[in-house]
Amino acid sequence: MNEPKAMKATTYREAVKEAIREAMHRDQRVFLMGEDVGHYGGCYAVSKGLLAEFGPERIRDTPLCESGFVGAGIGAALGGMRPIVEVMTVNFSLLALDQIVNTAATLLHMSGGQFNVPLVIRMATGAGKQLAAQHAHSFEGWYAHIPGLRVLSPATLEDARGMLWTALEDPDPVLIFENNTLYNMEGTLAADAGPVDIEKARVRRPGRDITLITYSASLFKCLEAAEVLAGEGIEAEVIDLRSLRPLDDATYLTSIAKTHRVLIVDEGWRSGGLAAEISARIMERAFYDLDLPVERLCSAEVPIPYARHMEAAALPRVDSIVATIRRMMSHG
Amino acid sequence: MTTPNKERAIRQLRQMLLIRRFEEKSAELYSAMKIRGFLHLYIGEEAVAVGVMSVLTAEDAVVATYREHGQALARGMSAASIMAEMYGKKEGCCLGRGGSMHLFDAATRFYGGNAIVGGGLPLAVGLALADTMQGRPQVTSCFFGDGAVAEGDFHESMNLAALWKLPVLFVCENNLYAMGTALRYTQANQDIAAKAACYGMAAAAVDGMDVMAVEEAAGKAVAHIRQGSGPYLLECRTYRFRPHSMFDTELYRTKAEVDEWKKRDPIEILAGRLVAAGLFSEGERRALEQEVAVEVEAAVAFAEAGTWEPIEDLTRFVTSEGREA
Repeated sequence: MNEPKAMKATTYREAVKEAIREAMHRDQRVFLMGEDVGHYGGCYAVSKGLLAEFGPERIRDTPLCESGFVGAGIGAALGGMRPIVEVMTVNFSLLALDQIVNTAATLLHMSGGQFNVPLVIRMATGAGKQLAAQHAHSFEGWYAHIPGLRVLSPATLEDARGMLWTALEDPDPVLIFENNTLYNMEGTLAADAGPVDIEKARVRRPGRDITLITYSASLFKCLEAAEVLAGEGIEAEVIDLRSLRPLDDATYLTSIAKTHRVLIVDEGWRSGGLAAEISARIMERAFYDLDLPVERLCSAEVPIPYARHMEAAALPRVDSIVATIRRMMSHG
Repeated sequence: MTTPNKERAIRQLRQMLLIRRFEEKSAELYSAMKIRGFLHLYIGEEAVAVGVMSVLTAEDAVVATYREHGQALARGMSAASIMAEMYGKKEGCCLGRGGSMHLFDAATRFYGGNAIVGGGLPLAVGLALADTMQGRPQVTSCFFGDGAVAEGDFHESMNLAALWKLPVLFVCENNLYAMGTALRYTQANQDIAAKAACYGMAAAAVDGMDVMAVEEAAGKAVAHIRQGSGPYLLECRTYRFRPHSMFDTELYRTKAEVDEWKKRDPIEILAGRLVAAGLFSEGERRALEQEVAVEVEAAVAFAEAGTWEPIEDLTRFVTSEGREA
């Protein structure tokens, strides 16, 4: 007899916090370091309460020096620790780009396999909170360009809860991007929820007519759009990439073999972006499966503006996803 | 200066000679196109690496720059593995993937070979943080040039290390030029050791051409660090006798200036002191030179005989073994 699984109500924020707490308990080498993670409780309140639980050595407030503390995280990883470095937001991570790209990503290869960097860097990403052009961009695709990095994009509560531990077990640097519009997302999670794989994309909604490839907060826009279209007899299959590097090509290629139509929804910019990469892979490997050209719905190529209506206009939205799919489907 | 301890001084002299002859040979091999890429010679600055390494233990960590042949040799990495690395051979310390600027060696805790100026400093902070959090009584020594002092990473790392009282020995090799731009054109305050005061960090400046002075100053610094008093900035005032790299026409300094500094050759200062103390004969000098020449020749022979990493291994170690890229 199957007992019904015990579930509990939670939020994305709580799920990330639980993941950090579990990791801290499981492995004494794990510590959290970043701006305002301790006394303030985390810019997005993710680490609220952890300072009291684990103390200032392991919930370590840093000065505002992204290059310095990300580099220190790399050094600590080399020295046998398992640091979780929190960068407040993806725009600020550009101040640490040198350490991430020139050191964390290169060290193992450049040293002939001698020095791996078991470091996890978490950061908030994405637009939708009127944070304007220096707090709201989506640079995940940039990082996914870099060999030597693993880039994760947890959208669901399960992934927010489960990706961190698996990332900490990885011997190499892992970047985890948490979309800031998701922190308040509510839902239920199995009481015994734990680590999840960080390799595979997931079909979040099955469908026969068109494949939507997306990740992060755009997943929920795609799912909502799919519901709208279902009322019109269009069944969209929605794929959550979860890992942006490496990409799980097999999951979306399998879907395309069935649907023959693809729309990629990516909050990053279109030019030279992640959607362009995925589109190219589809051309290379599934060209003859396609009934229509691959299309991309990305953010407008502007710095993300503050005003609510302008910000909304810059981003992929449910209505723009629905309209794009209607147009694509009207071509048969 | 006190009379040198003969055995210790001869060992230091031998290390400095090895660095000097190894690099002279490297320059030749560069012209012969056996070594490519960028090649930055340490010649003139040998006393700094040798003096500092003299006070470190095998458990301590070393972080260096792209001008690191001297640190690598003084740390005890073999001349053969370094030469093979510069040849790009598989027998090199990094399989030939790093070259002159990226020497790494896990066995001696030698963490590069970092070629982004200032980039090694945060790394040293993190290594020291890991030691502290794991209760290991080790020191991380971090070498960098006067050029790095202008980088944000210098100030961020000095602040972090002092804030957290980490066991880092910051060693600034002040050779007066950031590549070809003189310190006076890059620093509002050219007293580098004085910058430590901003962070409440202990510091000293020392004659970087005198290995015994460097050793003594580094010994004091390391004692300070080991007793838990926090990090230390040691500015070693030194000079690079050779161009910045093999592509430098040295428009930015005069031959007279270089010649003036060459009168203070660290090898001759120590050798002269030993001779004056009656501890070192001409014959011993010749024997030492001969020994070093043999080691350098053996390193070259090792590199020449080395093999190329198979091209199929190109993507190896992008990520750790057992994981797809």
